[in-house]
Amino acid sequence: MSTSDSPLKRTPLFDLHRELGARIIDFAGYEMPVEFGGVVEEHLRVRTKAGLFDVSHMGEFFVFGAEGESFLQKLTPNDVSRLAIGQAQYSALTTETGTFVDDLLVSRTGESRFLVVVNASNVEKDFAWMESRRPSGASLVNASDDYALLALQGPQSEAILRPLTDVDLGAMKYYRFAQGRVLGEAATVSRTGYTGEDGFEILVDAGAGEKVARGLLERGASRGIAPIGLAARDTLRLEAKLALYGNDIDEDHSVLEADLEWIVKWQKGDFVGREALARQKEEGVARKLVGFEMVDRGIARHGYPVFASGSPSDTVTSGSFAPYLKKNIGLAYLPAASSAPGSEIEIDIRGRRAKAVVVPTPFYKRERK
Amino acid sequence: MLPEDRKYSKEHEWVKAEGGRGTVGITDYAQKQLGDVVYVELPEVGKKLSSMQVFGTIESVKAVSELFCPVSGEVVEVNGTVVDKPELVNSDPYGKAWLLVVAIENEGELSSLMTAAEYQVYLDQEGTG
Repeated sequence: MSTSDSPLKRTPLFDLHRELGARIIDFAGYEMPVEFGGVVEEHLRVRTKAGLFDVSHMGEFFVFGAEGESFLQKLTPNDVSRLAIGQAQYSALTTETGTFVDDLLVSRTGESRFLVVVNASNVEKDFAWMESRRPSGASLVNASDDYALLALQGPQSEAILRPLTDVDLGAMKYYRFAQGRVLGEAATVSRTGYTGEDGFEILVDAGAGEKVARGLLERGASRGIAPIGLAARDTLRLEAKLALYGNDIDEDHSVLEADLEWIVKWQKGDFVGREALARQKEEGVARKLVGFEMVDRGIARHGYPVFASGSPSDTVTSGSFAPYLKKNIGLAYLPAASSAPGSEIEIDIRGRRAKAVVVPTPFYKRERK
Repeated sequence: MLPEDRKYSKEHEWVKAEGGRGTVGITDYAQKQLGDVVYVELPEVGKKLSSMQVFGTIESVKAVSELFCPVSGEVVEVNGTVVDKPELVNSDPYGKAWLLVVAIENEGELSSLMTAAEYQVYLDQEGTG
């Protein structure tokens, strides 16, 4: 929860959310829709049809200039040099100890021009972190307030968007993007998302956000689209085991501990935190982020104590009822010895020890065509 | 419209008293505040509850909420159906989603609870306050 005195910010879609009956909460300093109808119904709609999310609160930075690429190479563990124009990659800003300043998406929009999308709650921290490490040959601009970002997610997404854009969606692979028009407005359309479903994220000028959102909802109605709130976004990403900054990843846990070694490209050269991560890899990580499923009744929630082999371990980083799987699931950092699937652990649910078992993740994986 | 055959607590529980037994549930306002209910935990039959004692937990996807018993008494029945189908709390809070029945110890406690009309006023104040 925000405790600052600064007034809450609103995205360009705020009025539309109100009109659509959203319940509004404070999230990362923004007044955001948490649910429109019911979180379970919204969650299932995204798994089976399509949903539209307002993620305009997220931060957008532009990086450009002759040293733009080497600047990002130095700050992130993934290999920016591998990105073609029109390609995006999941990565992170890492600390010297290999933990997370933030997780983010880097897209190459030009030869030496990049779009970096960061978490809303970290916009100021990330910008300061990057700015203080920026070489003179790279420029960094925080354009977060200039854009609306919409996420269209679910199996019907391509069918809904295809007639409304000149971007060739059929040819667009996962983690690729293209610039074009959506409902007549200049847009960057990427095949990305945070739900475990196929779908697109659509970046438009702030002033065009409401028009594009309304158009998508109207024109997609026959295919079952509806607006989706942050509550379902959270349960959807958890089923897909997509990490949430502040819950599952933070400045106290390393990229390797978070089970995200795939974003570390060891061959690419130096980056902030490389040395610490390389040492960790050699020695082996002491704890690892794993998924668990409740065996006993009860819902494990963020912050609940975890016991592995009878000893207090870390706490639950994320936990919820999973609406599609209809199970109670969660994530926690566990000692390496207790992190294999099948390991039995206990969660302290408000004073009661409830059994849970480590399971393979993601909990949910869509069937790909 | 609120059912007029029962009394209401400030914590948004209702109790319907009949022949010395009180059936307890949560109100429509409470279920709307919670959102989709996905978990209900109720006490064992035989447990003695004092008025406003916590007797269980109700959880929606996003929130955990404690259940308070509006009247003192021994639990004589719990609703197993609502434990298996928590979504009943959203669809029928005044009917199928009753939570438990207590043998009312002190009928006098009922008079300190709100009537439907009083509870409506209370809700209107909560809504604007």
